[in-house]
Amino acid sequence: MSEQAPIEKQEYNITVYTENHVGLLNRIAMIFTRRKINIDSLNVSPSEIEGIHRFNIVINETEEVVSKIARQIEKQVEVLKVYYNTNEDVIWQEMALYKVPTDIIAEKAKVERLLRENGARAVVIRKDYTVFETTGHREETDNLIKVLQPFGLIEFVRSARIAIIKGSDGFNRKLREFERAEPGQDAIENEFLNSRDKVFTM
Amino acid sequence: MLTQEKQAPALPETDTMISGSQALLHALSVEGVDTIFGYPGGAIMPIYDALFDFPGNMKHVLVRHEQGGIHAGQGYARASGKVGVVFATSGPGATNLITGLADALIDSTPLVCITGQVFAHLLGTDAFQEADVIGITTPVTKWNYQVTDATEIPEVLAKAFHIARTGRPGPVLIDITKNAQLQKFAFQGYKRCDHIRSYRPKPIVRKEYIERAAELINSAQKPFVLWGQGVMLGAAEQEFREFLEKSGIPAAWTIMGAGALPSDHPLNVGMLGMHGNYGPNVMTNECDVLIAIGMRFDDRVTGRLDKYAKQAKIIHLDIDPAEIDKNVKTTVPVWGDCKETLPLLTQLVEKKQHAEWLAKFREFEQQEIDAVIREELFPTSGEMTMGEVIQQLNELTKGEAIIVSDVGQHQMVACRYAKLNHTRSNITSGGLGTMGFALPAAIGAKFGAEDRTVVAVIGDGGVQMTIQELGTIMQSGVDVKILILNNQFLGMVRQWQELFHERRYSFVDIQSPDYVQVAKGYGISGRSVNQRADLNDALKEMLEHPGSFLLEVMVTKENNVFPMVPQGCSVSEIRLK
Repeated sequence: MSEQAPIEKQEYNITVYTENHVGLLNRIAMIFTRRKINIDSLNVSPSEIEGIHRFNIVINETEEVVSKIARQIEKQVEVLKVYYNTNEDVIWQEMALYKVPTDIIAEKAKVERLLRENGARAVVIRKDYTVFETTGHREETDNLIKVLQPFGLIEFVRSARIAIIKGSDGFNRKLREFERAEPGQDAIENEFLNSRDKVFTM
Repeated sequence: MLTQEKQAPALPETDTMISGSQALLHALSVEGVDTIFGYPGGAIMPIYDALFDFPGNMKHVLVRHEQGGIHAGQGYARASGKVGVVFATSGPGATNLITGLADALIDSTPLVCITGQVFAHLLGTDAFQEADVIGITTPVTKWNYQVTDATEIPEVLAKAFHIARTGRPGPVLIDITKNAQLQKFAFQGYKRCDHIRSYRPKPIVRKEYIERAAELINSAQKPFVLWGQGVMLGAAEQEFREFLEKSGIPAAWTIMGAGALPSDHPLNVGMLGMHGNYGPNVMTNECDVLIAIGMRFDDRVTGRLDKYAKQAKIIHLDIDPAEIDKNVKTTVPVWGDCKETLPLLTQLVEKKQHAEWLAKFREFEQQEIDAVIREELFPTSGEMTMGEVIQQLNELTKGEAIIVSDVGQHQMVACRYAKLNHTRSNITSGGLGTMGFALPAAIGAKFGAEDRTVVAVIGDGGVQMTIQELGTIMQSGVDVKILILNNQFLGMVRQWQELFHERRYSFVDIQSPDYVQVAKGYGISGRSVNQRADLNDALKEMLEHPGSFLLEVMVTKENNVFPMVPQGCSVSEIRLK
């Protein structure tokens, strides 16, 4: 329908500021499952404001779909605010842990070199296994899997993505407006109407 | 049944020890609840125990199935504009509400449903009649919450009513564990909720968008208004009418919007959608500015989207920002409560008459009368049609009745032809298309509008889905006129099988019981007619009968509803036959 929005799918980072409410995770997740959209990554954490939670959700979709999803999420009673951004608009990181047999690592690879070349650090070194940790973009954490695979990678796990929005000045000021019974024009500042492609605030 | 003086019992004094159940009933009474539709059971017994001798005039209507209870709540809310309240027990009681919740969500009906739940210490143990009600109802509620401690009840109920009735209204479900119902606590008063920081039911209206919309309207040669239920939900019927009468723009309605402007208003050009009127559908693809007010461009209204009003500039007034640009990309979005936005728009639009443009609608209307309507409403031979039943009903009620319809062919006929003089007079399951809706919804509608005649128009399929609610009618003594249009088929499915499946009538041949005997068993008078000569007299008997009455009219078996926009076609490809 929309002529301007890019038609190709790409990764979008959806940031959701919410109240702390049992069942809200389910309510938000259902917005995706109902549309048969896979959530690639989901992280729930505290935000810059005490008591306000921050969801980071990553999906691979067209902007048109993402913008509609964002509005459906923002419609939920306990959701304060939703933003969505492409990877270019955020600083993002994922953390990964790798467990490998210490003897093989020590014998065949130089641990020091592995750490240095992959920006990793050893979290635990025991006689039987060593756990490495690295933080970075998907390619970086993926790369270390490849590196460690020949040395008998025992376990691998990667965390959800967390992202900071480059252009955001945080949520404190907005929240104060939300708490007023009669919010100023500012809280009702309507990105949705001002720049339609950016969707959307209230 | 007569309206009594409503008096809320005095609230307990602060620090008085009361139970969670009593706190709940006090909350309902402060919120002005006069009628509860419900069904008791194990996990909600403490609430029923408190209800037994709760002071005041709060009525409880014992339904025969929780689905009937929630549809009655919907009918009540739709007829009265107030929040419908429904009680059900845990487990199966709560799961029986699901269809009604989904229906109320998609049709924006304000409800507060209270379900009992097992004791908090039993949650998650597969206790008797335990179901994950919060989990199950999450996708079909605007908001839900599980109360496990009685002290939460006043605040949670206040939030529930605020959320249900504000913004785009919808169903709210509060699940209360049995221990919380029993628990005594020091009552700290009940404060109605008017603000939740994460919830903005409506925005501040941005004048510049009103101005841009007014400019578009003023420059339009062929403007066209589509309206939906939002006009009624916003209680903006008067504002809407003033806008139309000043701008002189022809206006068509979705079935959810029917009645917000009287049927015979000169600017009312008819019904939109798959079985809507000919002119409104064709003209959607002819107009230059399309003004959508409180409607959501449902696929049954738009037909094929990529051929929908492509030539037009679109102005969309809606309170729910998620609806704007959802299906149809707008030129000017007017996000807000139409009670506020319409008067602002009316101020800025020029007073006009679009006589020539309006006349085109009337030309299409004449074509439709010649091709379809005359034959449907005034047949002189052959078996009876659904249309002539509605036509004769119109003549007797003069358009003053509330028409509650079920789902299928009779629904389309009732919506197309029922004469409606007043708002909140057409109650039907629009979005979800729930068969079995009409009988319980009509019961609720009558409780919500006691001084009006309520006629439930139901097919022979739908009536058998919730026919047990005849028991509710019997016991409550509510006065509902039940008009069964019996074509001995699941008619709408049969019509599609005829048109799109080479007449392979797969399982649409449905048998009926002797409805008059069934009604008689419930102590309800009834009559069945199959001759045109008896129709008028039978309708009169039904309407004049003191109390409920069931009238079955045998109509022609294989009639089709036309016009029709076949699925996958554009609205301008609407077929007259």
